Amino acid sequence: MPLLEIKDLHTYFYTDAGKVKAVNGVSFSLERGKVLGIVGESGSGKSVTAYSIMQILEGNGEIVSGSIKLDGQELVGAGEEVMKKVRGNRISMIFQDPMTSLNPTYTIGKQLMEAIMLHTNRSKKEAYDRAVEMLRLVNVNEPLKRMKQYPFELSGGMRQRVMIAMALACEPDILIADEPTTALDVTIQAQILELMKSLQEELGMVIILITHDLGVVAQMCDEVIVMYAGSICEQGTVDEIFYNPCHEYTKGLLRSIPTTSDVEKLMPIPGTPIDLLNMPKGCPFAPRCENAMKICIKQPAETIKINDNHTAACWMNVKKGIDEGKIVFDNDMEGGDLQ
Amino acid sequence: MIEKIQGGLGMNTKLLFYILKRLALAALTVWVVITLSFFIMRAVPGGPFLGEKAVSETVIKQLEAKYGLDKPLLTQYFTYLKDIVTRFDFGPSLKQRGRDVVDIIKDGMRTSIKLGLIAASIALVSGIVLGAAAALRRNKLIDKIIMVITTAFVSMPSFIMGSLLLVFFAIKLGIFPANGSTTAGLVLPVITLALYPMAYITRLVRSSMLDVLGQDYIRTARAKGVSGKNIIFGHALKNALIPVITYCGPMLAGIVTGSLVVEKIFAVPGIGRAFVNSITGRDYPLIMGTTIVLSVLIVIMNLVSDILYKIVDPRITLE
Amino acid sequence: MNKKIFSLHPDLDAFMPASEAEKEYMVEMRQSTTFFKDGVKRLLKNKVATASFIIILTIALASIILPMVWPYSYDAMLGVSPGKPVDSSYNNLRPFEYGATELRLIEQGEKVFPHIFGTDSSGRDYFIRVVYGTRISLAVGFFASIIVLVIGITVGSISGYAGGKIDLYVMRIVDIIYSLPDMLVVILLASVLRVSLAGVIEGSVLAKIGSNIISLFIVFGVLYWVSMARLIRGQILSLREQEYVLATRATGAKGSWIIRKHLIPNSIGVVIISTALQIPSAIFTESYLSFLGLGVNAPMPSLGSLASEALNGLTSYPFRLVIPAVVISLIVLSLNLFGDGLRDAFDPKLNK
Repeated sequence: MPLLEIKDLHTYFYTDAGKVKAVNGVSFSLERGKVLGIVGESGSGKSVTAYSIMQILEGNGEIVSGSIKLDGQELVGAGEEVMKKVRGNRISMIFQDPMTSLNPTYTIGKQLMEAIMLHTNRSKKEAYDRAVEMLRLVNVNEPLKRMKQYPFELSGGMRQRVMIAMALACEPDILIADEPTTALDVTIQAQILELMKSLQEELGMVIILITHDLGVVAQMCDEVIVMYAGSICEQGTVDEIFYNPCHEYTKGLLRSIPTTSDVEKLMPIPGTPIDLLNMPKGCPFAPRCENAMKICIKQPAETIKINDNHTAACWMNVKKGIDEGKIVFDNDMEGGDLQ
Repeated sequence: MIEKIQGGLGMNTKLLFYILKRLALAALTVWVVITLSFFIMRAVPGGPFLGEKAVSETVIKQLEAKYGLDKPLLTQYFTYLKDIVTRFDFGPSLKQRGRDVVDIIKDGMRTSIKLGLIAASIALVSGIVLGAAAALRRNKLIDKIIMVITTAFVSMPSFIMGSLLLVFFAIKLGIFPANGSTTAGLVLPVITLALYPMAYITRLVRSSMLDVLGQDYIRTARAKGVSGKNIIFGHALKNALIPVITYCGPMLAGIVTGSLVVEKIFAVPGIGRAFVNSITGRDYPLIMGTTIVLSVLIVIMNLVSDILYKIVDPRITLE
Repeated sequence: MNKKIFSLHPDLDAFMPASEAEKEYMVEMRQSTTFFKDGVKRLLKNKVATASFIIILTIALASIILPMVWPYSYDAMLGVSPGKPVDSSYNNLRPFEYGATELRLIEQGEKVFPHIFGTDSSGRDYFIRVVYGTRISLAVGFFASIIVLVIGITVGSISGYAGGKIDLYVMRIVDIIYSLPDMLVVILLASVLRVSLAGVIEGSVLAKIGSNIISLFIVFGVLYWVSMARLIRGQILSLREQEYVLATRATGAKGSWIIRKHLIPNSIGVVIISTALQIPSAIFTESYLSFLGLGVNAPMPSLGSLASEALNGLTSYPFRLVIPAVVISLIVLSLNLFGDGLRDAFDPKLNK
């Protein structure tokens, strides 16, 4: 049984301007011991997917349909009491901006101990010791002094370490990291990623790393999900995604990474992300896709299995199959399959 | 790895420095008020005795000699300043013969402080409760009702509020006495004084609560598994109440100025009524005395609420 | 694994590249608008703000037009006519009651314009006094705000632009004025100025306006410009530091260009909003002073002085208090709501 299994998740936000389909039919499953990267532009639904797993959506957001199973236990509709025991205990989360993610009027110690005492039966003294231990684990210097300090007295990198310590204090099965390094300096970014990698190896939890930085994905992850406009375009192992991209959007993303070795021109993806309020009926990426075909505009592409480690939702794969004669159409209106 | 530590040891020295700076500004403000009121009063054409009926030249001369008004202006000013600073003495009242301004103020203060403090506490408690309730039931019926009522209260000058309460509760219904010299008579003045700051605090707490609830650290707390109740009362409320501290100074100042008219309407024997009467009666020493005392009060209250704010909110950077 | 791809017969034409036009057709672009148009649109969508604006406009127009067409004037004591004894039957009329001579006229079949709100203790038509008082209160609020605006902009922009020592001194003065207990100083100034001014302006045009109102304006000009000056200075300082201003300068734009194209458009919203919100607070202050007897000179009415006068006959004629109270609350409420609406619609920092 996979540790986490998500099926056909739909999360919508109800705004004054209309219904925003932020997550639109996302499915994936995750085995123990893996690091999963979710990549995509702002507004692609990667963070909302994470918030849906934790069920900490803003007031106007709602999981409309789908299933989220943790160790076989259904979480959608399980109720607040169940979720309270899941959050911070079995699934933890760290956020993008460490500057604003800690309560400014509580000391570091109080915030760490709160997390520990919520989910364990430790006494105040034991929680204190555990908090200090966690600070040591995430390489915060002078942990005893930090316990008494307020967040504003710490630097950004230090605060993100505190966030990690807080998230891991109850030894969760899953750590969701929502762009954990985006707001940090480059040197600090590397340190934090290194820390997460080593803690993952040490403690054996699953990490879901949400990022828009493909470099981070290559460095950290075993598997990758590429999202666009609330749906998964492509999913596979890191090697498959990086060396055999099968979705025009992924190809575009890879082309837009600046490299030092290549003399190739840097190729940004033209256009802007789709307006989630006005979703087209075809493939959402089609308006920006340089290889868009007539069918892309009419119909969304279905997810096709490229190989055992790789799926993608792009009409180009179908075209390729037809061109290569791998897809044959029957008369009873059945489509063929690739391979 | 060297990570920069901000604040740290320098924090307390900085706070002390800030307090000293604010104290200096407060002292300067009080001095400006004293000086301003002194010279403004002396600029009244014909001097302070113009309003007196049937006073002959010689009597005016005598009076001026008695109150030291025949001396050069600067000498008068320094004497006045010295008397206030060293002996807290504002001289005798012109209209209430034989009474010192200080005594009149002292008498009035007792009632006024009681009135003001009760009104302030009511406004604080009910404002915070209503504001938090409105924020948590955002866009629900109860929120809308609270917002409509508080908006109406914020748009009504206190003298109108007081007069209307007087008409309905004292005259039409006769529930409370219209005269504020008894304890029961203080109910309506207290309500009048409390309504505006209560409405203001309600709106303040609501918007600040909504702001705080949208902050990242509330999301962090939820992600940790903190229950909704603990998030609101533990994490959110403390941060949401910080702006209320800054409003405390202006609120008390507003209550002081509001009490001027409210005490007039309900005939409360407080310092506000003394002040209003001194203006209509042109009792210049009393005008000056009450102005200065009330100003000192307001300046101190602003000072305390500002300093408290800096202490409570650890984020504030001290310049 | 047999995946269904088409629900129709395979159409190989579907795999031909799509044209740019076809791609664009997919995306419904949102119309681009200017900042101002966008703001007006948002403002009109805000029903409360629009209703408030209509109420203010109606009240303002009524207070200007009605006194011109009304058969009674605000200061005419109806019971007093030259050469005759005072007819006290005109004093303290209740709504739609008539004085003795008017009743006689009605008996003779003539039409007499009704006293909608009755008359006051001196026999003056109360309706027109309320209308006139509204006019005075609105005018005081409006002009006081203009005075504050002009002084605030001048001092604030000089301080913000000059910087250095001038800025330092100006800001210290601002600090002190800011920490003064404003209401008390207002009362102090107003109570003295009206006495001193009365002699100075006697016989001049200003005497018509009355020493009390002038002293009110002076008081506003002396005390209330500080927040506006702070606001303007803050705007200028922060805008000077903005990167787009730096970018404009880098492209070789001159100072006046930057002021016209960047500083003014970017700060005008905040300035208009805080001026709009200054009007109700000025009306508040005026009514407060009138209530203490420091407002407009009699017989000129203002809403505050009407309410104050009504206190004397409160037990018998409570409506005389209620009417100006309702009007003043309505004005202040509408102005506040409209100001809030303006802020929501035009403050770019609040847009989400």
